[in-house]
Amino acid sequence: MSEEERNVVAPEQVPVADSIVARFGNALRTDDRDGYEGYVVSVESLKDVATVLRDELGYDYLSSVTGVDYFDEGKIEVVYHAYQTSGGPALNFKVQVDRENPILPSLVSVYPGADFQEREIFDMYGVSFEGHPNLRRILMWDGFAGHPLRKDWQEAYFEEENKPFDSRWPGGDVKRSEAENRFGKNVSYPDEFDIDNWAPEDDSSLYAGLNKSGSNGKKLKTDSLVVNMGPQHPSTHGVFRMVVALDGETITDLQPVMGYLHRNHEKIGERNTFLQNMPYTDRLDYLSSMSNNLGYSLAVEKLMGVDVPERAEYLRVLMAELTRVSNHMWAIGFLLNDLGAFQTPALYAIRARELILDIFEATAGSRMMCNYMRFGGVARDLPDTLRDENTVDFIGDLVNERLPAAIDELDRFLTGNEIVRSRCIGVGVLPADKAIAYSTAGPLLRASGVPYDLRRAEPYSIYDRLDFEVCTRSNGDVYDRYVVRIDEMRESVKICQQVMREIPEEGEIFTGKPQYNVRVPKGESYGRVENPKGELGYYVVSKGKTNPYRYHVRAPSFINLTVLGEMCKGHKVADAVVILGSIDIVLGEVDR
Amino acid sequence: MENELNDPNVPVPDELQSAVTITSLDRIYNWGRRSSIWPMVFGLACCAIEMICTAASRFDIARFGMEVFRATPRQADLMIVSGTVTKKMVPQIVRLFNQMPEPKYVMAMGACASGGGPFKEGYNVVSGIDKFVPVDVYVPGCPPTPQALLHGLIKLQQKIDNQSIKAVRWYGQNASEAVPIPVLGPDLLDPRQHALLAQQAGQPGDSAETLEA
Ligand code: SF4
Repeated sequence: MSEEERNVVAPEQVPVADSIVARFGNALRTDDRDGYEGYVVSVESLKDVATVLRDELGYDYLSSVTGVDYFDEGKIEVVYHAYQTSGGPALNFKVQVDRENPILPSLVSVYPGADFQEREIFDMYGVSFEGHPNLRRILMWDGFAGHPLRKDWQEAYFEEENKPFDSRWPGGDVKRSEAENRFGKNVSYPDEFDIDNWAPEDDSSLYAGLNKSGSNGKKLKTDSLVVNMGPQHPSTHGVFRMVVALDGETITDLQPVMGYLHRNHEKIGERNTFLQNMPYTDRLDYLSSMSNNLGYSLAVEKLMGVDVPERAEYLRVLMAELTRVSNHMWAIGFLLNDLGAFQTPALYAIRARELILDIFEATAGSRMMCNYMRFGGVARDLPDTLRDENTVDFIGDLVNERLPAAIDELDRFLTGNEIVRSRCIGVGVLPADKAIAYSTAGPLLRASGVPYDLRRAEPYSIYDRLDFEVCTRSNGDVYDRYVVRIDEMRESVKICQQVMREIPEEGEIFTGKPQYNVRVPKGESYGRVENPKGELGYYVVSKGKTNPYRYHVRAPSFINLTVLGEMCKGHKVADAVVILGSIDIVLGEVDR
Repeated sequence: MENELNDPNVPVPDELQSAVTITSLDRIYNWGRRSSIWPMVFGLACCAIEMICTAASRFDIARFGMEVFRATPRQADLMIVSGTVTKKMVPQIVRLFNQMPEPKYVMAMGACASGGGPFKEGYNVVSGIDKFVPVDVYVPGCPPTPQALLHGLIKLQQKIDNQSIKAVRWYGQNASEAVPIPVLGPDLLDPRQHALLAQQAGQPGDSAETLEA
């Protein structure tokens, strides 16, 4: 990336230009609740406001859309966070709608990236979005009873609104919820349910919605074929399903189907205390637990207003960047798997990743689920020794010698490889304007030529002091995404080297006294970090209690999938696997 | 090899030690099976990552003859349920289990597969795969380390060692029956509970109030 781009000064939060406020009159007002920011828009003018924001004010990137059920007020609020791809803070606007009859205009025509997120709100809150092209459940199955994130909806194992539950704490008792359920399982049925007069919903409406018109204009008349790949398929990186309409081997349409790993993070997260959610964030993108921790800490720290000591900041960045390297290693290894180089490149990539996991294990206590960050610092300092070596020397050796060598090795074998090039160049092309419109993030966005990296666009932690480049490429194909990942690993290693040089040798790693139950002031906050897979955001609403009122995760893998169907159309079915691999998804985060 | 297979009660002369092995049918049958357990490529969640690491060079599952991960249930001996079982996924898991030929084994890897784990209370989570298919070995952990997984596999080998060809279910009179596949309704429906469901589901007082009772 060039000099001048790096020096772009992040604009201050510009108040929506007065003229526009005036233009919309009562339809747009500042959100004046305690601890809230942004604007409240009326339902009727939502679409107009969004269009003006995008076209006249440059908020071209819709990062997150989510709902909040304000049960006491009888309202469901839908919250939008929009950004300018040139950098700067969010513009947050909301719209409120009656809980009983929630109907809103869909913003898919303005921001196509809202597609899956609106479906999720429909699924979880029952809000209908008029004008949405494919409004159906996304995480739960069609026919499921109820909208689980509504505050009055209770799961089968419901005990109490908030943890810690009286049955377990402080008594420390054990309780088996299934012993108290009349079916002995985690199930409950609506009152009117009668199994003998009931038939399950099938997938025919899903199949009917596919575009099967590939054979037009050809001499040979061919039939179109619908193929299900997944949820149990070795190339879908977990339990992910693609419904593919094929004309011969060519894809005419592709619908991602997800939810097979929907583990109810958000519902559980709203029962948990703030701190209890920390280990759950590990399990979102389970290949990068450290940076998941960081994003959540930032969101809650913003509300609490605590500072993080210098040494802790360095430790956080060190861990986050090591995570990026290990994640990209994994992504590249498995992209090669998808290309048919079965296991060999992956073995090399995993070998390098293991070195990093050793650091995590020695520091945080676990290889994968680190649970390392706390509000106001980190949980532990580096240990004195690691594998019988001085830890600082071990990490120094790793970031100065071994990781660069491992990256070079991958680079040497793969980047110029004939098969890699012919399978990847020109496949799954995503032009820059589409990448922005579909709210893609991370390497996917940067490979399309958009130099948008949160570490520069809205710096957090100590990234503004560190020297690194934002890696971009211009073609937006699978190959460029691969190269961006290689480049980013190099930059991350560079950051780690700086951290190891500059980290204060002594010092606090935590502000204040460790508490298991923090009270968080009222308000809302949106914390986001540049995760290896893209922008990871946490939207947290606190009502001043010890548990979050709303806890939402803006998962990069989930939103990046919105554009999968677009990218695959016209390619062969074998390429769909590669394109999916180049997005680099993790199902824990897609389905949450 | 001879140490593993030889029956100590039947001495083999020294000069024949390298050429002759005298053993029982059970022993050689089990030895063959326990040394070539083929798992299914089947990753559900975070635990699958540790399963892949176990298969990679550092922990090297090939030392146990288990490196041949098969993508189809028809060729697999072992289903490692590596992750959270959700209601939406469980019909597929049961179907895969039914498609595996005998002899087949199931390992519940991690807290989630064993009992729901950290997500147990979630509305889309099944509290352990053993609610639907029989489990042979449970491996605790979240995720279990590769060492723990290997330990679980060794336990499975021990289980195989103790089986006898005379008694195993797959050579018995009654071929093992398929597990009925759960159905996705307003909530997950287990066909084995049809009678109970017909009688009780939909009665007012289901769900939350039952808990207080
Ligand atoms: S046991 Fe832990 S690591 Fe394994 S799938 Fe469950 S949450 Fe993930």
